[in-house]
Amino acid sequence: MLLILLVLSNQVVLKAFDTPNDDGSSITLKWQSDAAYQSYEIFRGLNLSDEFQKICDVDGSTTTYVDTQIQGGIQYYYMIKAIGAAEGGRSETAGPVSGEAQIFNVGRTNIAICIIILFSAVIYYITRARRGEKLYVRKIPGITAMEEAIGRATEMGKPVLYVPGIMDIDEPETIASMSILGRVAEKTAEYGTPLYVPTSKAMVMSMAQQVVKEAAIRVGRPDWFNIDNVRYLTDDQFGYVSAVDGIMVREKPATNFYLGKFYAESLILAETGFSTGAIQIAGTALPDQLPFFVAACDYTLIGEELYAASAYLSQEPVQLGSLKGQDLGKLIFAIVIILGVLDRLIGLDVVWGLFSTS
Amino acid sequence: MKQTLPLIIVFGFGFFVIIAFFIPLRGFQDASQTFETWYTGVIAFFVFVGIFNIIKVNVNKIQRRLRDWQYSIILLLFLALMMAAGFIGGPEGGLFDYLFEHMQIPLGATMFSLLAFFVASAAFRAFRARTPEATLLLIAAVLVMIGRVPIGYYLWHGFPDLVEWLMNVPNTAAKRGILFGADLGLISMALRVLLGIERSYMGGGRE
Repeated sequence: MLLILLVLSNQVVLKAFDTPNDDGSSITLKWQSDAAYQSYEIFRGLNLSDEFQKICDVDGSTTTYVDTQIQGGIQYYYMIKAIGAAEGGRSETAGPVSGEAQIFNVGRTNIAICIIILFSAVIYYITRARRGEKLYVRKIPGITAMEEAIGRATEMGKPVLYVPGIMDIDEPETIASMSILGRVAEKTAEYGTPLYVPTSKAMVMSMAQQVVKEAAIRVGRPDWFNIDNVRYLTDDQFGYVSAVDGIMVREKPATNFYLGKFYAESLILAETGFSTGAIQIAGTALPDQLPFFVAACDYTLIGEELYAASAYLSQEPVQLGSLKGQDLGKLIFAIVIILGVLDRLIGLDVVWGLFSTS
Repeated sequence: MKQTLPLIIVFGFGFFVIIAFFIPLRGFQDASQTFETWYTGVIAFFVFVGIFNIIKVNVNKIQRRLRDWQYSIILLLFLALMMAAGFIGGPEGGLFDYLFEHMQIPLGATMFSLLAFFVASAAFRAFRARTPEATLLLIAAVLVMIGRVPIGYYLWHGFPDLVEWLMNVPNTAAKRGILFGADLGLISMALRVLLGIERSYMGGGRE
């Protein structure tokens, strides 16, 4: 990185340097001045002998400018002209400086290390599970209640309603929800209980249809699958709520699952379900919606439990191993947090500095 | 092959996006951008899939005279009306705008307004002090409610500050704890999906 620091006669200090951690397509200018100016004009040139071209105006409160209109590898010179009531003037030139591409974003090294630690912990326990080691994973009441809830619906001769949230398939909660749907569909197909999956996004519907169909085939009940039970309603948030509430009131499902990403509709759905007497199991990773589900549902999967549910339900050693690895990662990061708190209290700021992403 | 190809696609694209997050080179960033554009294109296509599904399900319901089949007629009529209004008059002004402003928005607002009543009924159940946790919730809720209204300030000038503390310290700490756990769970799930250990989302069950 080239760095040129020039002190100007009018007390403006200009720095021009290659923007760190980018693809070499920009140069950053930083300046400071003792006097207040109305605005600054920024000039750029390829040679000191040539006339500089004005590239932009910025207001007087600005002290940074990122020039993205450059070509990587070419050397540039910069100069700033101060405009305002106070006596301004041309700064001296800063440069030469060129934009160079970086292969690795060093500002994200700490994130990379955290991901490697967590991935390593998960892979370590998966490997142990593959060797046949029996791993203990704590009981999650909301997940263990799922089978009972489906059994209850079967005994009552009523359907099961599965609401996968209102967001599209690019949301992690929706992907987690689809994974759980596979397990729920297996059980409902096994028991021959109707399963309704109304969706708010057509792509989620398409995926849900495939998940439910495959689950039915897996348990040897392909005839149980009814494609019209996994349907698209509307993208409109409250239109969707209205339609799902209608299904609850008309069909009176004995068990309602709300697993995915929810917003304001969470309580409307859960309270309507409560009024119909259904056993309700909800789960989301959004802390703002959790209190509504906790208040209105019988069981709530809080945050990480939603992501763990599918692995937990499968009872496959390899999947349980990944949960164990996740817990180890959590323990490591909890220790780091405690160290960070102590670090701040003492005033060392060592651990704190390690987690800066600037 | 039915499962292997999707798994290869998930593994390849998933790890590429993770790696691209750490590599600022233009080729990686452009490719990530291109994948997002593809996704937008796929979403646009799925609008038709959604409409087709609505028509199919409701026509089937009408043909087989299933329960409440009459509502399906109304739904299909309004679907056709909105589409015709949009195609003929365009989305700005005209009948489409009128239907949107005077039917869809008020209907949505009506559903949203139900939330006020549901909050009251859910709060009534949640605040019954039957367990130590529920009692704690009740006390915190009463304090926050009193501190957020003028009468709280008149009862004791410290109420608003107490509420601020409750919201900014214990409440924020709990929320961050949940988010922290959720994000770790998310990374763990992402690894299971990328490595093909978790396959139930694509219909497959076992590794």
